[in-house]
Amino acid sequence: MSASASVDCREMITFLADYLANEVPFARRRLFEAHLRICDSCVEYLKTYEETIRMTRVATQVEVEEMPEELVKAILDATLRR
Amino acid sequence: MSEAVLAVGCWVLAVHRPKPRIREHPAPSTRLHSLIRLVLTSLLPMGPSNDEASLVSRLQSGDNAAFEELVRVYGPRLLRIARRMMQSEEDARDAVQDAFVSAFKSIGKFEAGSQLSTWLHRIVVNAALMRLRSKRRRPEEDIEDYLPRFQEDGHQVESSVAWNESADTMIERAELRDLVRSSIDHLPETYRVVLLLRDIEELAADEVAKILGITTNAVKVRLHRARQALRAMLDPHMRAHAR
Repeated sequence: MSASASVDCREMITFLADYLANEVPFARRRLFEAHLRICDSCVEYLKTYEETIRMTRVATQVEVEEMPEELVKAILDATLRR
Repeated sequence: MSEAVLAVGCWVLAVHRPKPRIREHPAPSTRLHSLIRLVLTSLLPMGPSNDEASLVSRLQSGDNAAFEELVRVYGPRLLRIARRMMQSEEDARDAVQDAFVSAFKSIGKFEAGSQLSTWLHRIVVNAALMRLRSKRRRPEEDIEDYLPRFQEDGHQVESSVAWNESADTMIERAELRDLVRSSIDHLPETYRVVLLLRDIEELAADEVAKILGITTNAVKVRLHRARQALRAMLDPHMRAHAR
C-alpha cells in the first residue's frame, strides 16, 4: 500500500477486503473513508461486494434433515461389513 | 451471576452486531463486540458433551452400533457440507462416504477433548477437495476478465451502480440462487476452492492456508479476487432486474 495522502479507486478496491476486515492501519483507514465520502462508484462497489458475500452464503445453504437410507447402507457396507 | 452476565451478553450481541460502516470508523463497536464475546466464551462450557465423549469411547472400542449412530447423527451435517462444495448429488454422497471411511480408519487417533463435529467437518472438507481435484473440469473462465479495470488516474473504467437484488430477495427467488451457484461453479478452481472454504464453510484464513498448502496471504488475495470475479459475473443480472 502506498503512503500517499489520499487513496484513489484503484487502491480502495484493491484493498477493499482488508478494509472490510478492519486490517487497514488506522491512519490509512481515515483516507479510505474520505474517499468513500466523495466517490459514489466505490460506495456502490463496496455495497455490491458485500452483497456478493451474503448471496454466496444464502445460495449455498442446503437443508438435510436425515441421511438417505441408501447412503447409510453404502457407508456401513464400505466399513463395517467389509 | 454468570447466567445473568450470559443473558445480558447474548442480548447485547444480538442487538449490537457490528456492521461494516462506510462513513465512520467502526473500531469501537468491533472492540465492544470482541470483549463481550471474550466474556461469553469464558462462561460457556467448552469441549465435547458427555454424550459425545461416550460415543467416541464406544467408537474407539470398536462398537459397530456406535459407528452406525455416528453416521446417522452426523451424516446430515456432513452431507450438507458436501452438497455445498460439490456440483452433483452423486459427488456429494461419494465425498460423505469417503469421509466416513476415513473417520472409521482414524477414529483411534481422535484426541479426547476435541470436538467430534469439528473433526468430521475437516475430514469431509478434505474428502470433497480430493474429489474436486481428481475431477477433470470444463475449461475455466480467465479470472482477469472479471477483475475491475482502472484508468491511468486511478478511477474505475466503468462506474459501479447499485443492485436491485439482495440476499434477502434471493431467498424467495430460486432462479437467482441458481445463478449465484452456477457463477460460483464458473470460477477457476484455485479461486473457487478458497471461496468455498472461507465464505461458505467460514474456515479461518490460516486454516485454509494449511489445508491448501499455500500462504495465508495467498488465501486472502485469492479470496478477494474470487469475490470480485463473482461480483462481476452477477452484476449484469442484478442490475437487470429493475423494479
